[in-house]
Amino acid sequence: MRVALFITCYNDTLFPQTGKAVVKVLERLGHEVEFPAGQTCCGQMHWNTGYQAEALPLVGRFVSQFEHAEAVVIPSSSCVAMMRDHYPIMAERIVREGGDASLPARVAALLPRVWEFSEFLTKKLCLTDVGASYPHKVAYHASCHGLRSLGLGDGPEALLRGVKGLELVAIERKEQCCGFGGTFAIKNADVSTAMLEEKVQTVLATGAEECTGCDNSCLMHIGGALHKLHAGTRTRHIAEILAAEEKGAL
Amino acid sequence: MSVMELDPRTALSFPKAAKMLLKETELRGNVRRATETIQAKRRKLVAEKDDWQELRESARQIRAHVLAHLGAYLEEFERNLTRAGGTVHWARNAEEAQAIVVSLAKEAGAQEVIKIKSMTTEEIHLNGALEEAGIHAYETDLAELILQLGHDTPSHIVVPALHKNRAQIREIFKREMNLPELGSAPEDLAEAARRFLREKFLRVHTAVSGANFLIAETGGICIVESEGNGRMCLTLPDTLIAVVGIEKVLPRFGDLEVMLQLLARSATGERMNPYNSIWTGVRPGDGPRKMHVVLLDNARTEVLADKEGRQTLQCIRCAACLNACPVYRQTGGHAYGSVYAGPIGAILTPQLMEMKHGQSLPYASSLCGACYEVCPVKINIPEVLIHLRNEVVKRHGPLAPEAIALRMVATLFRSERRFRAAQRLGRMAQTLLARRELKIVGQNVGQADWGDSQWIHWLPGMLGGWTRSRDLEAIPSESFREWWDRRSK
Ligand code: SF4
Repeated sequence: MRVALFITCYNDTLFPQTGKAVVKVLERLGHEVEFPAGQTCCGQMHWNTGYQAEALPLVGRFVSQFEHAEAVVIPSSSCVAMMRDHYPIMAERIVREGGDASLPARVAALLPRVWEFSEFLTKKLCLTDVGASYPHKVAYHASCHGLRSLGLGDGPEALLRGVKGLELVAIERKEQCCGFGGTFAIKNADVSTAMLEEKVQTVLATGAEECTGCDNSCLMHIGGALHKLHAGTRTRHIAEILAAEEKGAL
Repeated sequence: MSVMELDPRTALSFPKAAKMLLKETELRGNVRRATETIQAKRRKLVAEKDDWQELRESARQIRAHVLAHLGAYLEEFERNLTRAGGTVHWARNAEEAQAIVVSLAKEAGAQEVIKIKSMTTEEIHLNGALEEAGIHAYETDLAELILQLGHDTPSHIVVPALHKNRAQIREIFKREMNLPELGSAPEDLAEAARRFLREKFLRVHTAVSGANFLIAETGGICIVESEGNGRMCLTLPDTLIAVVGIEKVLPRFGDLEVMLQLLARSATGERMNPYNSIWTGVRPGDGPRKMHVVLLDNARTEVLADKEGRQTLQCIRCAACLNACPVYRQTGGHAYGSVYAGPIGAILTPQLMEMKHGQSLPYASSLCGACYEVCPVKINIPEVLIHLRNEVVKRHGPLAPEAIALRMVATLFRSERRFRAAQRLGRMAQTLLARRELKIVGQNVGQADWGDSQWIHWLPGMLGGWTRSRDLEAIPSESFREWWDRRSK
C-alpha cells in the first residue's frame, strides 16, 4: 500500500526519531511511504485553546495535501482525534463563512482513510506482530484521546505483547489523564503538575524501564517529569519500540 | 483554606483558587477517597445494565426534545399544576426569585423555613436573602446541615460536604450542637443530626425545596434523595415553595423510567434512590395546603439560544462528571467559585454569567473526555468547553499577549517555508537554554541517541509553568522533514 505520512508539527520538530521509526515499520511491512511536503499542523492547539478562526485554514491545507492518498498514517492519537471530532464541523463552518463549498464532502471522503499509527497496524492491517524485538520491561500509557475519542482499546497493548522479549506491565488507574492537555499544562500549571505527580507515581510503581504510548505530547509531559526527578525511567513512542529489531536498536 | 464565597462574580480565577486548594492535603485526600468510592459503585451498577448506552441515548433525546419545545412544556406544566391546586411563579433572574420566595414565606407567616438540598437555591443565594428578610433557613439534608453548621459552602452538587471527613464532621457537631460527649461512629453522628432536625421538622411550617424534575403531563415535581429528610419537608409543612430551573421539565410521567434509572446509578451508584417523591398540587388532609413552584430563568434562555452551548441544559445534575474528573479530583469543588463545580460547572457557570464572569472555567480542563464518557445524558462537555474558550478569546480581543503569540504561530502553519524557518530559528534560540546531559541519566536502554540528547530545565515567562515540574527535551539538530529531504536525495 502507498501510505502518506502526516508526521504532525511537534513530532516533526521535537521527535523526528518517531517519524523515522514509523517509516521503518511501514517499509519493513512492505508498504511504500510518502511525505507530502506542504504539511504543517492539524490545528489542534489553536482549536482547543479557543482560536478557532486560526485553526480553520489548516483543514483545507490537510485535505489538499492528503486527499490523493490510499491511507494516511499519523503517529499522534490527539491529532487524529482532532480531525475525526472536529474537521467535519470545521468544514461546514468554512462553508457558512463563504469558504470552499467542496470541503465538507472532501473531508468526509478522506477521514475514513486517516489512521492513527497503532490502529493502522491493528485495525487496517489486522496485525499484532510486526516483527519487532525489544527485550525490556515497558509500561503503556493510554492517552485520553486514543482511549476515548479513537477507541484504541487493547490495540496498542496487543502490539506490545507481540514484541519479542518485551515484558508489558500495567499502570494503575491507566484511564486517568496525565494532566497534559496542551495549553492546560501552562494555563493551569499547578493542577497539571498535581495530576502529573500522580501519574508519575503510578508509572514508577510498575518498575518499568520505559513508558510508552501513542502520543508524544503526553509522553513528553510524563518524560519531562521523570527526567526532572532523575527517575531513570524514560518515555518512548510505541513506533520506536515496534521499529526495534533483534540485531540492535533503531 | 476556610470558606470561599461561591459567587462567580467575585471568585478568584480557577488557577489561583486551585493553587491554594492544592495545599490542602486533608481535603484532597477526602475528595479522592469519596470520588473513588462513588465511581467504583457506579461502575459496578452500570456494568449490570446491558442497555446502558441505549438508555443514555434515550435520555439525551428526551432532554434535547424538551429543550427544543421548552416553552410549550413549561406552559403545560403550569396548566396542570394550577389545575391540581398549585401556583406557578415565573422568575427572570435571581433577584426576582429571591423576592418571590421571601414574599411567599412572609405570606405564610414564616420566621423560619426548612430546606431540602437544592443547588438552584444556592445558585440564587436564597439563604442570604431570607436572612435579610428576617427569616432563618434550616438546611435539612445531612450534608447541607454539616456545611451550614460549619459555615462552609458546597463542593459537590450531589454530596455537598464531600470534602469533609467523619472526624471533621464530628468536631462541627460537637461544637455547634453543643454535644461534648458525641461518639465518632456513623450512627452517633446520624443520631445527633436526627435529633437536631426532628425538632425543626415539627416546629417549622414552611419548606423550601428544589426539584430534580418537573412533569409537564401531570404538573408534578419529582424529588429524589437518600435520607428521607426531603420527604419530611415535603409532607409535614403547610406551605411548600419549590425553586426550579426552567430546564428541568420532562414531557411525560413515563420519562422518569429512563431518567431515574440513569440518575440513581450515575449519582450515588444505587439501583434506585431510597426516596423518590412526586408531589402534584394539594389535596385535603395530606401534605401542604399551599404549593408554589418558582420557575427560574436566570440566563437559561440565553444558554438555550446558543446552538453550541445549549446541550449544557440537558444536565440532570448527577455529578458523575465531577467524580470522574481528574481536575476536580485534585482541587475539589471550591476552586470553581460557584455552586456548580467540576466539568458541568466549568461549562454552566460562565454561561449563566453570560460569559462576563467565570472566564477561567472553560480552561479548567485537560479535555481528557472522562466527563463525556460518564454523562448519562451524553453532554459533550469537551466540545462545549472548546466552544466557550472561543467565546472567551473573542471577548479578550486581538491585543492580548496570548492572542498575539498564537496568531503568530498560526501564520507559521499556513506556509511550509515559514514553518521550516521557524524550526531552524527555534533550534538557534534554544542554545541559551538547552544543556547537554553530562552523564547518561538512567539505565541507558540500548539507545545511542539518549546520551546525545539535550534538555531544557528552565523557560521564561508563562512557559515557566512547564519547567517548574518538567524538563523539556531540546529540539534535535535535524527535523523529520530535513531527514526526509536528505534521505530522498
Ligand atoms: S453534565 Fe452529565 S454527568 Fe455532569 S452532572 Fe450533568 S448529567 Fe451528570
